[in-house]
Amino acid sequence: MSAEMQKTIADFIAQKILKQPKRVINPTDALISSGLIDSFSLVDLALFVEDTFGVRIADSELNASTFDSVEQLANLIASRQK
Amino acid sequence: MTTFTAVLRDFYEREPDRVSVTLQHPNQPDFHITYRELIERSNDYAAAYARAGVEPGDVVILILQHGKDLVYSFWGAVLLGAIPSMMPFLTEKLSPERYRADLAALFSHSHPKGVVTYPEFEADVKMLATESGYSVCEVFITDRIPQQEKLDLSSLPGMNAAETDIVLLQHSSGSTGLQKGVALSHRAIFNHLDAYGESIRLTRDDVIVSWLPLYHDMGLIACFLLPILRGVHVVQMSPFDWVRAPWRLLRTISDYRGTLTWLPNFAYNFCAQKIRDRDLEGVDLSSWRASINTSEPVRFKSHEMFYERFKSYGLKFETLQTSYGMAENVFAATQNDLSKLPYVEEIDRESFIADKVARPAFDGRPAIQMMSCGQPIPNTAIRVVDSKGHDVPERHVGEIVLKSNCMLTGYYNRADITKKAFLPGGWYMSGDYGYMVNGEVFVAGRKKDMLIVGGKNVYPQDLEALACEVPGVHPGRTVAFGLFDESQGTEEVVIIAEVDSEDEAEHERVADEIRKHVTKNSAIAARYVRVVGPKWVLKTSSGKVARSANKEKFIRELESENQA
Repeated sequence: MSAEMQKTIADFIAQKILKQPKRVINPTDALISSGLIDSFSLVDLALFVEDTFGVRIADSELNASTFDSVEQLANLIASRQK
Repeated sequence: MTTFTAVLRDFYEREPDRVSVTLQHPNQPDFHITYRELIERSNDYAAAYARAGVEPGDVVILILQHGKDLVYSFWGAVLLGAIPSMMPFLTEKLSPERYRADLAALFSHSHPKGVVTYPEFEADVKMLATESGYSVCEVFITDRIPQQEKLDLSSLPGMNAAETDIVLLQHSSGSTGLQKGVALSHRAIFNHLDAYGESIRLTRDDVIVSWLPLYHDMGLIACFLLPILRGVHVVQMSPFDWVRAPWRLLRTISDYRGTLTWLPNFAYNFCAQKIRDRDLEGVDLSSWRASINTSEPVRFKSHEMFYERFKSYGLKFETLQTSYGMAENVFAATQNDLSKLPYVEEIDRESFIADKVARPAFDGRPAIQMMSCGQPIPNTAIRVVDSKGHDVPERHVGEIVLKSNCMLTGYYNRADITKKAFLPGGWYMSGDYGYMVNGEVFVAGRKKDMLIVGGKNVYPQDLEALACEVPGVHPGRTVAFGLFDESQGTEEVVIIAEVDSEDEAEHERVADEIRKHVTKNSAIAARYVRVVGPKWVLKTSSGKVARSANKEKFIRELESENQA
């Protein structure tokens, strides 16, 4: 389940945000602090998570200290789905 | 005619309890600043500057973000007769090395006497400021500005300012922009506010709402100086908060019965695509009389998308307006008549590209949709000229040049580039291409090498230099340019860098490094980073990187990839 969720998130980031469909994003790659995802795309990620997993991420949580990798984001989502 | 300080004194004496600025921060009550508080707390800064030896005419750099300290430190400099300048881009992401390089670029021509910043940046800024060769006499820290008991406005040196004195400097970002400060006088700014206020029929019943950064002319002039100097209430939020929650802008317009906003084109697409209905419950946009699209190319499609999305919340189509401007003319040069919709036309694509003529589209041939930026504001004359400075006929594309009574005094301490910016007769060369029809100004591309990303000016040479700093990249063989993205309504940054290897995995690794390095060092996110093998990058016969030729090559490759 978690691996599947991680893949879903990673695919979204590669295809829709980075526009590099073939790109591999590892679960622990830094996303926000590295500049891979810029601030204009953070809200897209939040909307995608909400539509796909039914979990809301507040705008104040859209920063590297709340999550900075696919793994951390998946854990955050999983903790809220319970 | 008057000065900033004389206007502030009048408000202080006549309407001290009128709220001038409201600052919004998420999860905090809104912070209201009356003219009394504005002037008294700004006087704290003026006194601190004076004690440290800052004198009238000295430059003070403000390295601050949205918040009361930015407001007070700015007006404190004005009260003293010193010249405030807000430093663009200060984000936690910026690397220390770049931060130092940016400051060095900024200091190199502005020679500041004082710098204001937050406690967390104290050590870095002090270290640079004390290095030899710089003029800084004091670094002011926001939590150490003592409150003054008494205010004697008449004794403040700024009260003696002359209309022709420089009152502020404005910079765009990056090492190129930071070395080119637009110096504006009291007179130029008041002349602009008179003319522009008439264009938009400004009244004191207006309420301005803004998320724009104050280092940019759109935020600084339209959403900071214009309201404060004209007694119009402005409600401001931080760009960092807006970009994570764009609904805040519409909620604030509804809460404060906002009437005026200024937005770059991408913001229309951004709001239309990224706001959920549940964040708009109870929102009423019927008070909103003009949202002025300016600072990057204007698109009618963006207006349509925005209107369709928000019309059920009381938004009127005629609220969506356009303007064209530049810091060198203080802010606006044109403005659409607010009682009408901006003029939209279809022009023939082939004539436009091949002949540089904007002929109305005919016979169903491929067309380009253009939206007018309106007519010149009352104090500004506009011409369109060819490369020799001669007027071109109506509908012919040339460089937009302008003349007004609100021009910059000069680029600060840069007589060399100031001189080059003008044609004989005092016509300022905008560096933008455009054409005119019936007095309407259409902007159609840029002569100058600049990108506009989300309303921010970015110099490609700065991004190219950054990409060259990444190990493995061939020195001098990088190209940066903008690519317009219809769905985003703005230009997206493309960086191409050449390496010696043809290995794809190696290309991807270097691309990641470039992306990281550019983000950390410019606060600009590159959408496409393409690492290529030897001999990909095209150069001119004189050995310079040809940006437009490389852009065409990139677009061709992108198209064939998408077809594959």
